[in-house]
Amino acid sequence: MSAYAHRKTSSVRRSQKIMNSFLYVLLTAGGLVILVPFIWMLSTSLKIPSQVFAWPIEWIPKPVKFSNYVEALSMRPFILYYGNTFFITGLAVLGQVFSSSIVGYSLARLRWRGNNLVFALIMSTLMLPEIVRMIPTFVIFSKIGWVDTFLPLILPHFFAGAFNVFLFRQFFHSLPKDLDEAATVDGASLFGIYWRIILPLSKPVIGIVAINTFRYSWNDFLHPLIYLNDTKLWTITLGLRAFQQEFNIDWNLLMAASATSMLPILILFVIAQKYFIQGIVFTGVKG
Amino acid sequence: MKRSRRARREELTGWLMASPWIIGFLFLTLGAMTFSLGMSFTDYDFFNKPSFVGLQHYKQMLFEDELVWHSIGITTLYALFSVPLTLVLGLLLAMILNQKLKGIALFRTVYYFPSVLPEIATIFLWILVFDPSFGLFNSVLKWFSITGPNWLGSMEWALPSFVIMSLWGVGGGMLIYLAGLQGIPTELYEAATVDGSNRFTTFMRITLPMLSPVIFFNLVMGIIGALQVFNQAYIMTNGGPARSTYFFMLHIFYTSFQEYRMAYASALSWLLFLYIGLLTFIVFRFGEKKVFYS
Repeated sequence: MSAYAHRKTSSVRRSQKIMNSFLYVLLTAGGLVILVPFIWMLSTSLKIPSQVFAWPIEWIPKPVKFSNYVEALSMRPFILYYGNTFFITGLAVLGQVFSSSIVGYSLARLRWRGNNLVFALIMSTLMLPEIVRMIPTFVIFSKIGWVDTFLPLILPHFFAGAFNVFLFRQFFHSLPKDLDEAATVDGASLFGIYWRIILPLSKPVIGIVAINTFRYSWNDFLHPLIYLNDTKLWTITLGLRAFQQEFNIDWNLLMAASATSMLPILILFVIAQKYFIQGIVFTGVKG
Repeated sequence: MKRSRRARREELTGWLMASPWIIGFLFLTLGAMTFSLGMSFTDYDFFNKPSFVGLQHYKQMLFEDELVWHSIGITTLYALFSVPLTLVLGLLLAMILNQKLKGIALFRTVYYFPSVLPEIATIFLWILVFDPSFGLFNSVLKWFSITGPNWLGSMEWALPSFVIMSLWGVGGGMLIYLAGLQGIPTELYEAATVDGSNRFTTFMRITLPMLSPVIFFNLVMGIIGALQVFNQAYIMTNGGPARSTYFFMLHIFYTSFQEYRMAYASALSWLLFLYIGLLTFIVFRFGEKKVFYS
């Protein structure tokens, strides 16, 4: 290596170093801006009222009132709302995983007339705004007496969401065809192949679909709002909304209740971060 | 003979296994949409027997109901700022977070963390952030002796507040672009370095074209999402003050689920569908030539 080239690389390296420190400063500053609202929420949730309104902002709660959480959760029957939400969300996840995977399997690995047409139809529904279907289904579900039941919130998930079918289909396509053939020779039925061979290999997609559905159902506000009038059937999101309207000055308690409602998602995020990321990424890249 | 029996069985099983979606589609999509379209030509109000009124609702929607154009305007204005801003910011962040730096994984997590949080709880968090007297923004502004605006309570600042809030979720888009960036073959960059391209040319000639399908898809999804904003508007401002955040979805919601004018609301929902279709079509027409599919 010539002396000139050597000098050049070392100056490049130095400028790279300056660039990197600049990036660190930028990223740290930006990261703080991103995190501050969340940290502020947690800090507010542990404060006494007078501290909530203090200026300049007191970041560290003094005293740290953990009892805010107990108080917030007892001001409305939040335990009941949690139970309802977990029930709905759990069944929604179960429904989406099974129905979407079985449809995806049929589309990806079985030969039948109409296969391509059905797939094209599935893709064409992706752009449909939910409200177009929501008004007529509300009318029908009301007329058959499904208002104030969980059915409108659960049952549709057993009919395979378009995007989830798409994810399963793409994944099943990537699995080697020999798997099915070997199993067929061994006398397995088509359903048996799906159930015993393909599904156990599909943990990554199952994880993504399960988490996406969990987040959707857990966050759902509009469907519970129109279908659940009976407060005994309310979900977390409806409970939070009512809490805000009723006690809108108790910010510390509202923040405590909100933070609690984030907890299951945060726990899920910590134990299954990979699926969270892939779920977000897949919704974009596979276009 | 045996083969054809197997093929027949496969045909039948194929339909059977696809039936959850097919049945759902027939009832919850096709059936529901047909019902909705038919209903929009009647005066159905949920309680009384409907009678045919022809195109009256469509006439009312397009020429008489001022709130339709007002709310479509608000919604479009929001999309016009929120979608490009999140797109550019997300792309920029992804390029920075794609650098090989120590601890970069931690930074990535920090930046997409808000997009993981459940939406309704974050809405309450933002109501507090925007509070004019002791919210985060105005408390910080007060340090600099600036009296901050009334944010959600002011006609000028309510809609911008929604845009600011949407930027908090920029990390979701960032992740998608990041995955796209990591999918670009390194040989392309090596070739560009050999050719002596500078950073800007490399970005314009390699990064942007290779990423264009992802950007394009995100743009379309962003538009579709922004046109259907509901939760934030309903909970944070209820469309106010003075309808300055009266999004189109709010108009449909109040018409259908509060006033029970189901037929008219159905017509409105078709307008939303057509509007989304129209914008998507326009984006496709202009995007087609710019998008590079390898």
